[in-house]
Amino acid sequence: MGNILAIAQKEVKSYFASPIAYVIIGFFALVFGWFYFVALDYFMRTSMQMGMPGQGQVNVNTMAIRPLLQNVSVVALFVLPLITMRTYSEEKRSGTIELLLTSPVTDFQIIMGKFLGAVALYVMMLAVTTIHMGILFIYGNPEWKPIVTGYLGLLLMGASFISIGLLISSLTKNQIVAGMVTFAVLLLLWTVGWMQESAGPMGQKVLQALSLTDRFDDFTKGVIDLKHVVYYLSFISFGLFLTAKSVDSERWRG
Amino acid sequence: MIEVQHLTKRYGRVTAVDDLTFKVERGEILGFLGPNGAGKTTTMRILTGYMPATEGKAVVAGFDVFEQPMEAKRRTGYLPETPPLYPEMTVKEYLQFVSRIKLKGVSSSERRSRVDDSMRKARVDDMANRHCGKLSKGYRQRVGLAQAILHNPEVLILDEPTAGLDPKQIIETRQLIRELAGTHTIILSTHILPEVSQTCERVVIINKGRVVAIDTPNNLTARLRGSETLYVEIDAQGHDVSSVLQAVPGVTGVSVTTKGDGPVGYEVSSERGRDVRRDLARAVVAQNYGLLELRASRMSLEEIFLSLTTEEKEPEQPAAAGGEQHG
Ligand SMILES: Nc1ncnc2c1ncn2[C@@H]1O[C@H](COP(=O)(O)OP(=O)(O)OP(=O)(O)O)[C@@H](O)[C@H]1O
Ligand SMILES: [Mg+2]
Repeated sequence: MGNILAIAQKEVKSYFASPIAYVIIGFFALVFGWFYFVALDYFMRTSMQMGMPGQGQVNVNTMAIRPLLQNVSVVALFVLPLITMRTYSEEKRSGTIELLLTSPVTDFQIIMGKFLGAVALYVMMLAVTTIHMGILFIYGNPEWKPIVTGYLGLLLMGASFISIGLLISSLTKNQIVAGMVTFAVLLLLWTVGWMQESAGPMGQKVLQALSLTDRFDDFTKGVIDLKHVVYYLSFISFGLFLTAKSVDSERWRG
Repeated sequence: MIEVQHLTKRYGRVTAVDDLTFKVERGEILGFLGPNGAGKTTTMRILTGYMPATEGKAVVAGFDVFEQPMEAKRRTGYLPETPPLYPEMTVKEYLQFVSRIKLKGVSSSERRSRVDDSMRKARVDDMANRHCGKLSKGYRQRVGLAQAILHNPEVLILDEPTAGLDPKQIIETRQLIRELAGTHTIILSTHILPEVSQTCERVVIINKGRVVAIDTPNNLTARLRGSETLYVEIDAQGHDVSSVLQAVPGVTGVSVTTKGDGPVGYEVSSERGRDVRRDLARAVVAQNYGLLELRASRMSLEEIFLSLTTEEKEPEQPAAAGGEQHG
């Protein structure tokens, strides 16, 4: 546990040592702020037209907060490859992987440390958005449950993205390549849900199993479906497992 | 302390290490000598648990590196060919991180003192707060060394520890390595031959992944001496001493190497295994000549190294060096 923590802390420190963490969080806050403004503006105007501002408790949640959280999931898809791309690639390129692999730490500890470090940065990104959400509670009266479950969904989905990013980063020395491929894969997983109708019954099942974003919708509705939670957790475990395999096979190849 | 048996490593079809067997005793410094691509780094990476071998066995500090890697790693310090530094960390932060992953069940104050200790030993304390990415090559190498000795391991594996250092740093580093021996068992690799004779007690010469020779530097030079030759310098005030030398029993040949008005140098070869130095000296002195120098002219390690690792082949003339034929 001490080793995992040491590596996770090292990861977070190194994010903040380069401008990347600031750029990512800043970019994220900016984009979120914009979506927030648009969503609220839209909500205000529609509720004004309906002549019942402030009353529609359900409306704030479904009309502003839900689309907002859905937007966050899309932004995460763009931003998370930037977080995960260097995790392994950079260590392989600079040779620091030699330190980790010859120290008395297990592959599992290294992977968990890197995973938790990336998740920690992601949580910090999400933390910025809770300020905006807090403001809604001051001026309005939204339902808190869908917000909390929505954040849980974001966390699970983001962690799944991160496990994919980690796997891809472990496959190459080049962090730019790792970032691009991760982005492409996430994009594919995101759009996979849209193709379900056109796929056959068998293909539909496969596509559904792959779609990380579809499951997220339920979370924004305030529902925690245990099936979805298990799905995400299995997805994460599988991603980390494959990363371990990749690190190990790299070792055999040299 | 370190036992390597029939170690073989193949990268695809390339055999980097081929049936390597050797042993290092506790407290010994073993030099690992070989030309580029000989398989030094590969062997060290296997010993440190960075990669498994294709075949064979390696035991470090009593633990098989494949069967009990954690135990072996806990007792091994490794300086890779490129020091594994995180550029964004300061030297101190870096060593603190290393101490966290290498030392288990150690209080944080103890950890701090180990960090300070290793910085002092590797002489990097003046750069404690400098970022690793901003260090000169020599300091990077030293921080890498500090990292390797931080957990006070029984075994140290150093891949070209003096590469890229200036002459003064090289001397300091060699001295540090000699100080560390005794309490540590050390394997170091190098291409620099004098380094081996200065720091190592035994040498393994490898070429193309195979052991060519294992011995002490002295024995290697002695063993590889072709016929026994002596270099003698005599001040004979213009007399020719060749006949005198030739008359000494056991001497098979005499040739003049330096000529001049003053002392003359002779190369004297003798029967193999026969030491003619005493008789030679007596003969010269009996003639009242001045005997200025008398020494066995040995093959230097450089020559041994070349003779062992170079195949008998006519050196090819590079076409470009052939001159401007087409002016
Ligand atoms: N990752 C790898 N994949 C394929 N071949 C490799 C790999 N690493 C090393 N080799 C090959 O293995 C052989 C031995 O390499 P190694 O790095 O062990 O040599 P070395 O003795 O350390 O050389 P140098 O003195 O240049 O450091 C070389 O032929 C090299 O090309
Ligand atoms: Mg090497």
